[in-house]
Amino acid sequence: MVDSKHQWKAWLYLLPAIILLLVFTVWPIINTVRMSFTVYWDETDVAGYDENGMPLTDENGKVLWGRYKGYSIAEELGGEREFEFGLNNFKEVVKTDGFWQIMKNTVILCILTVPISTFLALLIAVCLNAIRPLRRLLQTIFFLPYVTNSIAIGMVFAAMFNIVGVNPSNLDQSTSLGIINAVLGWFGADPINWINQGSTYGANIAVMVIYIVWNALPFKILILLGGLQSVNKQYYDAAKVDSTPKWRVFTRVTVPLLSPMIAYVVITGFIGGFKEYTSIVGIFGEKMQPPGASVGVPRLQTMVGYIYDNLGNAEGIASAAAIILFALIFVVTLINLWVSKKKTHY
Amino acid sequence: MSKEMKVLTEKDLQQVTSRQKVTKVVSQVLLYLFLCTMALIIIFPFYWMIISSLKDLAEYRLSTPTLFPREIHWYNYVKAFQKAELLNLFKNTLIVGIVSTILSLIITIITAFAFARLEFKGKNALFAALLATMMIPGELFTITNFITITKLGWYKSDDPIKGYAVLIVPFLVSVFYIYLLRQNFLQIPNELYLAAKVDGTSDFKYLCKVMIPLSLPTLISITILKMMGSWNSYVWPRLVAHKDFYLITNGLRSAFTDAGSGEADIPVQMAAVAVVSAPLFLVFIFLRKYIMKGVSRSGIKG
Repeated sequence: MVDSKHQWKAWLYLLPAIILLLVFTVWPIINTVRMSFTVYWDETDVAGYDENGMPLTDENGKVLWGRYKGYSIAEELGGEREFEFGLNNFKEVVKTDGFWQIMKNTVILCILTVPISTFLALLIAVCLNAIRPLRRLLQTIFFLPYVTNSIAIGMVFAAMFNIVGVNPSNLDQSTSLGIINAVLGWFGADPINWINQGSTYGANIAVMVIYIVWNALPFKILILLGGLQSVNKQYYDAAKVDSTPKWRVFTRVTVPLLSPMIAYVVITGFIGGFKEYTSIVGIFGEKMQPPGASVGVPRLQTMVGYIYDNLGNAEGIASAAAIILFALIFVVTLINLWVSKKKTHY
Repeated sequence: MSKEMKVLTEKDLQQVTSRQKVTKVVSQVLLYLFLCTMALIIIFPFYWMIISSLKDLAEYRLSTPTLFPREIHWYNYVKAFQKAELLNLFKNTLIVGIVSTILSLIITIITAFAFARLEFKGKNALFAALLATMMIPGELFTITNFITITKLGWYKSDDPIKGYAVLIVPFLVSVFYIYLLRQNFLQIPNELYLAAKVDGTSDFKYLCKVMIPLSLPTLISITILKMMGSWNSYVWPRLVAHKDFYLITNGLRSAFTDAGSGEADIPVQMAAVAVVSAPLFLVFIFLRKYIMKGVSRSGIKG
């Protein structure tokens, strides 16, 4: 029986958590949605620009004034604006110069890193599960990247790919090509300008994919190895009796039995992939691109980077971008769940 | 077919098993080869970080990189401490890490206790609502929290109390830690609680004397993850903290902004990175079990 005295006590225990959650979790959910739909009419600004960058005019050639702008904290604290409901923030986000570049970066990094890291992690986990001596040592090594600081180790990767004294037009005249190019050289490959001035978008993305996969492996290996160790050995014994080839055992027994764990690492991988940001800062710095790559939107800008860049001047736009990102993650997670429901056994 | 089966002799059988043995050995060798190659790739950046931090600039700039420093130079570490002001960054990170861990543990414990042992109206609905917030990406909270702390006057404040509070307060409650600890509390048999009640023990005494000691491993996991979270946090301090209260990662990145131009003093940079990474490795070596246990249930970094 619950008496009211106990009820009162229970709420006392919950009080600190509830207050903090209301302020820093519940209110942000409501307020971010509110801000994303909040705009004001600014009559002191021109209505817009034509394709030549000239202010829009009416048929008589008179400049048109007044346009909607997104919520910002400065305007709210100024206290002179009347805010109204509008979809303008979402339009602004989509119309941003380089918005499609941002989307492209976000999606490419996801689509490349999740399958590669999941496949590699699965392979490593299965191999680890098949050996006895040295297993613990190797397991420890494979977990190592997890306990690192993604900015700090990003700087190490940058140093490995970095060309000292780069000469973009003729790489061989650079001071030092760096360790990665040196290793490639042992195999007879030509040096590549990975991250320095004059590097290509493809090379930049390749470095990011290598770093993100390296960083994503430990968690995936941990989960998949944990799954493998809980698999009933009888399935493998049955396969052995039938002398099923190793590859078939992998595709027909291991993968189906592990499918819930695979689904889990793929879903968390996609969610993390859509929020990629600090790993890029680690390698390219806060400019989010090689020196001098682009004057507008940084070449490797992602959605999360775009959201943070708008904090402090255009919170309405930042909120709209965050809602778009959330919608994107939500839809992809639903698709993932739907696929894994069809493919997952159990 | 059956005729052939019959003529299988002892010798044939031996041949078959020895062939199986050979394939087994070969496949084991291949397995180890693959795993060791991957392990080398995984570990190489750490190796490169350490040996680069011990080279002098002239050796680092050699056209063919050396795999081991010809002469070991420790002065890169001295320079790193000066250039990145590592001592102040260490101090800030320790203060934020320790204070937020202690407060966060207290809140997590009492909240998990209420959800696991106490009875009140709407308990399950409230818990479900808490879990639902875990699905929302943190960026969504960041925007409004940025506004909230601006309104509180904490934004880039150079006042020590506000300067640290802005880094601690918004992250005190973690629904995931509450969930983790509640699951642990629920495993403790209810009979113990009822027996304690019969003896007239108060809820609070029971929590301190029975539940906390029995959930120590989970509490250690939470402590480590929370400390690692402060050590690795980058985005929030950069957005809202005054430069004097930057945490270690911010200081590290902003002290060496010239990465990628090709001219940076990378040995010093690597020395700073090694200093920042060292505590994480120590924690990893001694407390790996707890980290892996916490991580395998979360998927949350820090």
